[in-house]
Amino acid sequence: MSVTATMLPVVARPRRRVSFRAAFGLGALLLIGGSAVLAPQLAPWDPARQMLTKRLRPPMWQAHGLREHPLGTDHLGRDILSRILHGGRISLGVGLTAVTLSALIGVTLGLLAGFFGGRADALIMRIVDVFLAIPYILLAMGVVFALGPSLLNVILVMGATRWVQFARIVRADVLSIREREFVAGARARGNRPLRLLLRHVLPNALTPIIVVATLELAFMIIYESALSFLGLGVQPPTPTWGWMLADGRNYVATAWWLATFPGLAIMLTVLAVNLLGDWLRDTLDPRLKV
Amino acid sequence: MAPLVEVQGLEKRFSVGGAWLRGRRRVIHAVDGVSFAIEPGEVLGLVGESGCGKTTTGRLILRLIEPSAGRIRFEGHDLMALSPPRLWATRQRMQIVFQDPFASLNPRMRVGSIIAEPLAIYERAGATERRRQVSELLDVVGLDPAFAERYPHELSGGQRQRIGIAAALALRPSLIVADEPVSALDVSVQAQVLNLLMDLRRRFGLTYLFISHDLHVVLHMSDRVAVMYLGEIVEIGPRDALYRAPRHPYTQVLLSAAPVADPKLRRERIVPKGEVASPLAVPSGCRFHPRCPLVFDRCRVERPLLRTVGGGHEAACHLNEAPALLTGA
Amino acid sequence: MALLSVEGLRTQFATGAGTVRAVDGVSFAIERGEVLGLVGESGCGKSVTSLSIMRLVPPPGQIVAGRIRLEGEDLLDKDAEAMRRVRGARIAMVFQEPMTSLNPVFTIGDQIAAAVLAHEGGRRRAAWDRAVEMLDQVQVPSPGERARDYPHQLSGGLRQRAMIALALAPGPQLLIADEPTTALDVTIQAQILDLLRRLQAERGMAVLLITHDLGVVAELCHRVAIIYAGRIVEMAPVARIFEEPLHPYTRGLLRCLPHPSRFGQPLSSIEGAPPDLRGADAGCPFAPRCPLAIESCRRHEPALAERRPGHFVACPVAVV
Repeated sequence: MSVTATMLPVVARPRRRVSFRAAFGLGALLLIGGSAVLAPQLAPWDPARQMLTKRLRPPMWQAHGLREHPLGTDHLGRDILSRILHGGRISLGVGLTAVTLSALIGVTLGLLAGFFGGRADALIMRIVDVFLAIPYILLAMGVVFALGPSLLNVILVMGATRWVQFARIVRADVLSIREREFVAGARARGNRPLRLLLRHVLPNALTPIIVVATLELAFMIIYESALSFLGLGVQPPTPTWGWMLADGRNYVATAWWLATFPGLAIMLTVLAVNLLGDWLRDTLDPRLKV
Repeated sequence: MAPLVEVQGLEKRFSVGGAWLRGRRRVIHAVDGVSFAIEPGEVLGLVGESGCGKTTTGRLILRLIEPSAGRIRFEGHDLMALSPPRLWATRQRMQIVFQDPFASLNPRMRVGSIIAEPLAIYERAGATERRRQVSELLDVVGLDPAFAERYPHELSGGQRQRIGIAAALALRPSLIVADEPVSALDVSVQAQVLNLLMDLRRRFGLTYLFISHDLHVVLHMSDRVAVMYLGEIVEIGPRDALYRAPRHPYTQVLLSAAPVADPKLRRERIVPKGEVASPLAVPSGCRFHPRCPLVFDRCRVERPLLRTVGGGHEAACHLNEAPALLTGA
Repeated sequence: MALLSVEGLRTQFATGAGTVRAVDGVSFAIERGEVLGLVGESGCGKSVTSLSIMRLVPPPGQIVAGRIRLEGEDLLDKDAEAMRRVRGARIAMVFQEPMTSLNPVFTIGDQIAAAVLAHEGGRRRAAWDRAVEMLDQVQVPSPGERARDYPHQLSGGLRQRAMIALALAPGPQLLIADEPTTALDVTIQAQILDLLRRLQAERGMAVLLITHDLGVVAELCHRVAIIYAGRIVEMAPVARIFEEPLHPYTRGLLRCLPHPSRFGQPLSSIEGAPPDLRGADAGCPFAPRCPLAIESCRRHEPALAERRPGHFVACPVAVV
């Protein structure tokens, strides 16, 4: 019913204060991102440095903990805090790059499929179906097995498997956007297909792209951790949160801090990114769709 | 003088259904053999209810949708025979204004960019000149040139509609297809926009195809009116003749059904039977026969053709062979 | 005693950008068996008025003042349960968009039967029979079969008839119809208006018809109230409104409609735009756009006064 639409002259936005979700998400991300970037400066120790006399030291607030290793040390005497900071660089860096790659592939294919329809659409959607049918871990294992584990390969694998999320969402949005009158109007006023797509359709499809991108970033971080956990990802001694989880697996009962802190780091980052994504979706939508 | 637009046997077929929808593949004849001409400087009104094909016809004339069959001549050129670059160039001369002021402007573009865009695409003017023309166009449609900086969602329905008109005018077209241009507006705003359209027509020598479901608005704006039903034109003629002496039962039904804000003018009410026919199930013979208050046997089997019933006035009804039956009704 | 008596109704919406005074002091009465039209353009408050009567105003809206008396009982005093019994059984509502107002996952027969059961109890078989009978009364062809259809299988006109059947099944005394024909084709609109006229006469039911279309009002209503910026500016029997519209807004509205006597001539229109409902400006809300406004119009809000027998106007200037 159009009651609210005809009656309220202004889009009703009852809260003027910044949303708690947004503040927390953004703040946490800035903190995590900042510490990742500044890891070399912030980390008290070289993350690869093994100090075998100080193996398996608990966090500093526990008995036998050491002030110079606030979060403890691992089984090779490496400082957990430093490894978490440096690991964050890898995790976030890989995540961002992979998301960018998958967005580029997915958005392009989604635009083409949605806008041109017909055989292009059918072909692209069949490819999407194939990718969706294969469990991504198996796919990753296959590729890494073939190409060898390395930072670059990890990024490529992640980017090349997750693009389908973008493609589907973009295609769906484009299908409805292209029927809107302003697109017909733009065509009548001389826009040719490519320009229509880039100047009129794409800008109106940005909302879901941004939202999917933030959610995918969260996913990529977990994805990378999973790959590293399985030994498929970045190789030691480069610390990643996934590796730290894998290493810590054996010590869960005796030295809980090896796995717990990287786990918390992953959780916090994913939570922050998700909150930001939720907030972005809420703020971007009504204004653009009015 | 040659007509600005000449349409002959225009058809548009859509196929519906198929592999994963229920039912067989079926074909809808949204526009099923429509012919008419529009003289330069005239307003031809196109009126009908939902499913009659009027909106599709409007877009077919501009080749925004591809016709399935038929000929369209615009300014003497056969639109169907034009190469894509020539067609693109011809678009400058024929423009369209839409119904929904909320959906017809790109929400991500500023008003000024929307209006200036066609000028840029067709390289009609450099940046400074474009800005000047945008201001001029905004002024012509009765808006403050400062509106160029706003986004569509900041404007009211009437203002958005004026922007749509300004954008259509940018390329100085000779023909404008107005597709339900005031249907989504309040009555007082509607009057303003209708006045604007009439004014612009005089100033710029425009020709309109004015499409609407609102009979009184169409009658008000048009020199000639064509009534469509289920993809066909059932009556076409000068506005006054059509209003005073409609020669097709459907036109009579429309005229009597349209609510009039004047109790003294209430016509003898002919309430039609049944539902608005669906293009998926087109009746045999005369398409209107299941609902026609004057139906007789021949109507069920033989499809009536448009025949002249007066000066420039044509109607597709068998009753016109014995006109007294129709006009007396 | 009037069937429905609305006195000084005020409904407001608290938004981040200010308080919208959607209904700002509306008073009217509807007698048994009478059809009252409530006419205005978008944003004037007519729909919110009807929702207020049903106490279905969506948050952040709230009724902040006034009385709504149904056969003497103030609806605003009732608790949720009592109000629930009123809705449907004594006051029913029909909306503009039958597609969104009917539940798409139930057949129309089920929905009407459910309404009967909810308000009258009884057996399911009997309720179903009532449903079919109602569909027949609203002239749905083959009602027994149509009752088994889902809303999406019906055309717009049939859906609207189904909605009317649904509203009338419990036998309400007052029907509120909010733009019931606006979304329909004109020939179907004619059918539905005819139907409403017939049902209303047969049942002696009162109708509050909300519309922007003065033509529809001419077809169906006994009396009309013109609403502007949340206030009633003129109220009179239908014939009088068209014969001698007194308020400048009413005159403006009538003059800007296309009319056979002036096809092709420029239409007169009303200057300016409707006011921002958040404003608390003193004076007549129409003054900024009124061709007859004088200084006092901007300072004193005019009250609705009876200027001719049965004909009320909120304008001290217009009546000569």
